[in-house]
Amino acid sequence: MVNFIIRRLAVTSALLFVISLISFFMVTLTPGSPYPWGELNPKISAEVKANFRKKFHLDQPLPTQYALIMRDLFTGNLRSIKDDRPVISRFIERLPATLALNFSSILISLSFGTLLGVISARHAGSWQDVGGSFTAIFFIALPGFWLSYLVAIVLVKEFSVPILGTQSYGIDFPNALAFGLDRIWHLLVPATILAIGGIAVQSRYLRATMIESLREDYIRTARAKGLPEDVVLYKHALRNSIRPIIAGIGMLLPAMISGSVVIETIFAYPGIGRLSYEAILERDYPTIVAMNFFVAALILTGNLISDLLYAFVDPRVRLE
Amino acid sequence: MSTTASSTITPQTETPVSLVLRRFWAKPIARISTFIIVIYVLLAGGTSLLSLIGNQWPCDPNQTDLAQKLLSPSSHHLLGTDNLGRDVFSRMLHGATISLTVGLIAVSVSLGIGLVVGAISGYFGGLIDQILMRCVDALLCFPVFFLILAVVAILGPSLINIVVVIGLVSWTGAARLVRGEFLTLRETEYVKGARVLGQNSWKIIIRHILPNAAAPIIVTAMISIPDAILTESSLSILGFGVQPPQATWGNIIADGKTYLLDAWWLILFPGLAILMATLSFYLAGDALREATESRG
Repeated sequence: MVNFIIRRLAVTSALLFVISLISFFMVTLTPGSPYPWGELNPKISAEVKANFRKKFHLDQPLPTQYALIMRDLFTGNLRSIKDDRPVISRFIERLPATLALNFSSILISLSFGTLLGVISARHAGSWQDVGGSFTAIFFIALPGFWLSYLVAIVLVKEFSVPILGTQSYGIDFPNALAFGLDRIWHLLVPATILAIGGIAVQSRYLRATMIESLREDYIRTARAKGLPEDVVLYKHALRNSIRPIIAGIGMLLPAMISGSVVIETIFAYPGIGRLSYEAILERDYPTIVAMNFFVAALILTGNLISDLLYAFVDPRVRLE
Repeated sequence: MSTTASSTITPQTETPVSLVLRRFWAKPIARISTFIIVIYVLLAGGTSLLSLIGNQWPCDPNQTDLAQKLLSPSSHHLLGTDNLGRDVFSRMLHGATISLTVGLIAVSVSLGIGLVVGAISGYFGGLIDQILMRCVDALLCFPVFFLILAVVAILGPSLINIVVVIGLVSWTGAARLVRGEFLTLRETEYVKGARVLGQNSWKIIIRHILPNAAAPIIVTAMISIPDAILTESSLSILGFGVQPPQATWGNIIADGKTYLLDAWWLILFPGLAILMATLSFYLAGDALREATESRG
């Protein structure tokens, strides 16, 4: 177990190194400049430009720039070109919102995906199963941004409910409960839309493993004992199909974080996705590299946790 | 005479391809989605051809008319007009060409890379397989959309850049699939036979293994097309898709979002067009997968 963790951490660091290398050279080798002013702007004196270049190491050769960015990243001194604030603090102030969004989204995906998967597997081949398949494919085909706008039209126009940001502004909340509910509502709408694809993927995987599990001997035994079908399904079969649910966490995370760029931008939700989008708009090299690095680290940690959980819930799995 | 004739007629042996096609066509969902895809292709192709010969149908997609801006759908403008008075229906027809092009080219690029990487990995194995598969793992845990967004933003969002970048980062699934197929197929008798006969590796890969791995590869291609279409329209929403005035389904929505509460038709119809296209490709791909899997 300890060996496994150590080895995984080593592989993870190597992967992170590669990812940082790719994202650095990707953003620096392509045309475009990070200057907050036009490069040929005559109003900016050569001295100011030189100082700016020196401050952000833009006068150095690329490999040196990369080394300096990585050094600053690890010592916490990496600063955003845009507002000259440490990248790490920009990241940390956005992290809770992103974690809340992705965590709720994964929770919704897993619960509804599991439900849909169990229903499909239980009635394999029947109309419920066909309906379940169609629903899953429909959910995958559904463009998330389009759904967001439709939801916005209906909620805002028909019901005058605010959905942007993390809370309603300009309202005095009578008590903490109302404030809390408002926050949850603002989280729930984007999280549900983000979860739609995950529900589909999760239900497909679960259906496949559930059908396998339902053929096992212990299921026949459980039925022969006269246990109610729900107990057989949810207690015996589902427990032994737990693997795709756990693996799902690791699998869904990259897709969710990718999706959250669009969803966070649409809902003006202050998370990592929107921060990265803004950094890309502003050609803020240090922030782009750092965001790619942090997000990859987040995903790799998610994968590691999902693998450990895997071994924890399923004694047949041995980590080595 | 008739009896002898019928008894000597050799029974129609069905080729695997026609068997799969027959099974595919037997599903109503497969027929409906194929029908929708064909309609899209005809509409997109038709409008492009017409505009090539200088005939804009139903009207010029870029013809602005501020007096007619934000009109709701009517008999004159079937799906309404946008904030510059441009006809949404015409813009959507031209957008169909873009979406189908994006789907086809991006998938060709990703499938090409996936085939080469997967074939090398699966056929030769060993160290090269290890290295290639670790690269695939690295890409799989990377939020690919970030990568696409960053590259497209920096290179400039032209159709060709978008298509190539989408293709370049989305080959991992195809590579894994092809590798898996090759791992199984290289152990079959006929491949071993070909190797004993001294055929070179590339010939074995192309002549003997690839045709037998074709079915899952085609299915993957089918379901990668809508992925690419969705990615392109998401890029459009963020302002990094194919640029205006060129109409795409995504940028009609992106332009329309400012008028979200007044002009629902700018959001609803292009989105429906995307949904119908992606749904048809996914459903057709799924039906094709079922038709090939039940073979044997």
